[in-house]
Amino acid sequence: MVTSATEVTKPVEQLEQVVVRFAGDSGDGMQLTGDRFTSETALVGNDLSTLPDFPAEIRAPAGSLPGVSGFQLHFADHDILTPGDQPSVLVAMNPAALRTNLRDLPQGATVIVNRDAFGERNLAKAGYTTSPLDDGTLDAYRVHAVPLTSMTVEALKGIDGITPREAERSKNFFALGLMSWLYGRPIEGTLAFIARKFARRPEIAEANARAFRAGYHYGETSEDFVVSYEVKPARLKPGVYRQITGNTALAYGLIAASVRSGLPLFLGAYPITPASGILEELAKHKEFGVRTFQAEDEIAAAGAALGASFGGSLGVSTSAGPGVVLKSETVGLAVALELPLLILDIQRAGPSTGMPTKPEQADLLMVLFGRNSESPVPVLAASTPGNCFDMAVEAARIALKYRTPVYLLSDAYLANGAEPWLIPDVDALPRLDAGFTTEPPEDGTFLPYARDPETLARPWAIPGTPGLEHRIGGLEKQDGTGNVSYDPDNHDRMTRLRAQKVAGIAADIPELEVDDPDGDARLLVLGWGGTYGPIAAAARKVRARGGKVAHAHLHHLNPFPRNTGEVLRRYEQVLVPEMNLGQLLKLVRAEFLVDAVGYNRVRGVPFRSSELVDAIEGLL
Amino acid sequence: MSDGNGNLVQLTAKDFKSDQEVRWCPGCGDYAILAALQGFMPELGVPRERIVFVSGIGCAARFPYYMQTYGMHSIHGRAPAIATGLSTSRPDLSVWVVTGDGDALSIGGNHLIHALRRNVNVKILLFNNEIYGLTKGQYSPTSPVGKRTGSTPYGSIDHPFNPLSVALGAEATFVARAIDTDRKHLTEVLRAAAAHRGAALVEIWQNCNIYNDGAFDLVRDEKANRIYLEHGQPIRFGEAGERGVYRREGGSIYVGLVVEEGEERLLVHDAHAEEPSLAFALSRLTLGAAGAAPVGVFRDVERPVYDEAMAGQLDAARAERGEGDLRALVGSGDTWVIN
Repeated sequence: MVTSATEVTKPVEQLEQVVVRFAGDSGDGMQLTGDRFTSETALVGNDLSTLPDFPAEIRAPAGSLPGVSGFQLHFADHDILTPGDQPSVLVAMNPAALRTNLRDLPQGATVIVNRDAFGERNLAKAGYTTSPLDDGTLDAYRVHAVPLTSMTVEALKGIDGITPREAERSKNFFALGLMSWLYGRPIEGTLAFIARKFARRPEIAEANARAFRAGYHYGETSEDFVVSYEVKPARLKPGVYRQITGNTALAYGLIAASVRSGLPLFLGAYPITPASGILEELAKHKEFGVRTFQAEDEIAAAGAALGASFGGSLGVSTSAGPGVVLKSETVGLAVALELPLLILDIQRAGPSTGMPTKPEQADLLMVLFGRNSESPVPVLAASTPGNCFDMAVEAARIALKYRTPVYLLSDAYLANGAEPWLIPDVDALPRLDAGFTTEPPEDGTFLPYARDPETLARPWAIPGTPGLEHRIGGLEKQDGTGNVSYDPDNHDRMTRLRAQKVAGIAADIPELEVDDPDGDARLLVLGWGGTYGPIAAAARKVRARGGKVAHAHLHHLNPFPRNTGEVLRRYEQVLVPEMNLGQLLKLVRAEFLVDAVGYNRVRGVPFRSSELVDAIEGLL
Repeated sequence: MSDGNGNLVQLTAKDFKSDQEVRWCPGCGDYAILAALQGFMPELGVPRERIVFVSGIGCAARFPYYMQTYGMHSIHGRAPAIATGLSTSRPDLSVWVVTGDGDALSIGGNHLIHALRRNVNVKILLFNNEIYGLTKGQYSPTSPVGKRTGSTPYGSIDHPFNPLSVALGAEATFVARAIDTDRKHLTEVLRAAAAHRGAALVEIWQNCNIYNDGAFDLVRDEKANRIYLEHGQPIRFGEAGERGVYRREGGSIYVGLVVEEGEERLLVHDAHAEEPSLAFALSRLTLGAAGAAPVGVFRDVERPVYDEAMAGQLDAARAERGEGDLRALVGSGDTWVIN
């Protein structure tokens, strides 16, 4: 952008980090705005972490409180771990957005509002009797009341085919342009994006591009904004990066597992928030031989995946809590059949329908125990969006090697949250060997339930293999032959074998690592799942304030890493922060006889690092 | 299969018997169906290793254990869904589902209608004995109103399903009925089902001599009450073809005496009619209503097969974009370098 020669160039201040929250009506395009700002930020090379916050409804009444959609982005010139405890800047497109988000703002934060949206009707919808712009409500903040709507409409005058009503819809791009100037973000990417996305409606592309430039120009010229900011690139590990969300990473990880094992991927799924994105992502990649099957219900989704596994595919079913619970019976069958089957649970607030778009981590005990009878299944959990890729590959590795269903847990925050991702070297990924049995044994009798002495896995002979025809089923079966058996001793033996097979996986997974820089902390914080970022950030803060704390994060929840007990017993205190009422806590206490304590909140939002700092320092 | 010298050897029924002792009750209709299927399999011309039987739960569902092929005895009602995953991912296999009136029309109803709607390439054999046998005699979705059983001591108040009407309503492209002891005809029906590309539903009336003996005696004992459907032929039956099927002005059909109604007015069976109306009308001729019932192929039409459509999309994607490149995928989107 070329500034006019008559204008004074404004000073640029350097900041180490910023937390921006965009908030507006569901129809205002806040997710799109947030995504674009994130992409621009990624290209600057900042470290970043995002937290989209959407309502469950597609479109609540315009201007209403339940209709507010938000997007928070934390970016910095150094390595960061969370989307930020509190925004330093709130961009509120209407009174409802302001009202819903004000309580999260610290004193002195910047508030940019769309002044044009603060008329009587909108104020009433948000429950305001007087305008917060005038009545002192915002005295504690640095307020910029920008006539976003009217300036957008003005800028778009003269574009053929855009009515003033339609012009208003581009106001989110105006806001994006303003913010892009305010934080020195590059604009070429967004301009290219607009041209691409709206290629089929050139008048809309023109409108959005103009609104974007107008917003940027407003920042440059308005007296309301006297300074702009810059946040320098972060010094991350060298390499090629891209931005990724947890759901995309899971999809890529599953494809990687398919490629590295040579098995075609079969996904059986049913649309459910916040997992549908995985189905939609995988449906795009048919050139990898990925079969995506949108089943008639959650049960059929898992059943079809199991049928595909029976045939030698890598069978996967993705869902959230309310869908995963429906799959229990099918997983139990997979336990009895001893076939690979991946179940991905993108956890959300419950119980029952709960809060579909809000994160929680309360399905752990369900996936461990929610099947009839003794039904052991390995359980894994991802800790960051990028880690979702690695865990998908690991889950496939275990499922294929041990011929077992495997649960992989993620959550609504990881699913949609974005962070920079060091692009992996695909050739360095583990080779996964399905290890099909292709020949009858020398003595001629194939035993479908004989066991490998090391893994205790049974042979996997897929239909189509001559000479190995056999029948398997959900009834208890005789050790070795696999014939239906009701023999009492056999059932006891088989039950123990199945349990041993899963327990033995501990020898094949990494030991639990502990982050304890000084090596002499007496308090251990033990976490799992998406709390990784907030816990790690809190540990950093505690240490910066002189405290000592160790942090260990479990990726394998069943079996636990073989040194878990030993690690826990090294510490005088063990704190287990969880977004549930104490599930890993129960397991740790029961299995290791350690008097661990929990920090438990079930608010449907990720932990703030500050509350964990308080919890930790409270114990020190 | 091949002999030691690589020559193709014709399989026999015996080759399809597994080593398992068959455990149905003496006198059960399932024995006859098993024999018919084992007798028919060699004709399929498919090697045993490429045949799979998938079942749910019930007496019928024990079937896979007795066939020397691949098989899965799965969970109640879910066989069509499991078979869908298997069939669509392994187009080289011949996939058969064995189910019953409870397994398919009660808990499994949803999976059945969707497999039929999608026209997945599976052959579904529904053994209908109008009772729950394995769990000892409770009524089923096909039991008549008033049926007294352990769970309905005062008589069932449920109006029953008509399985073939349900199948036709679910857009099934192949719908047929056979009788367990009518071996020759059952084999013809299996042959037609096997030749059909897409989903085939074959209802097999099966006598449960322990919990519901005699439910189909009207046609099992009396050949004269069987209305054998043959495509292109006028529909007449009886000891000497004295009865026939006719259409009323309103469109519904009925059974009448040929001497009274006239030979020229006999309905001609068209199994390949695009619209299922005739097949549906035929499905409404029940033993209860007409004292006779049609058997044979009600409907056999072509529609895109789900498995082929799915594979077609994969092929099209490869043709357009080339084989998937994992390196390109993970590195897609906007990237930046940190030095």
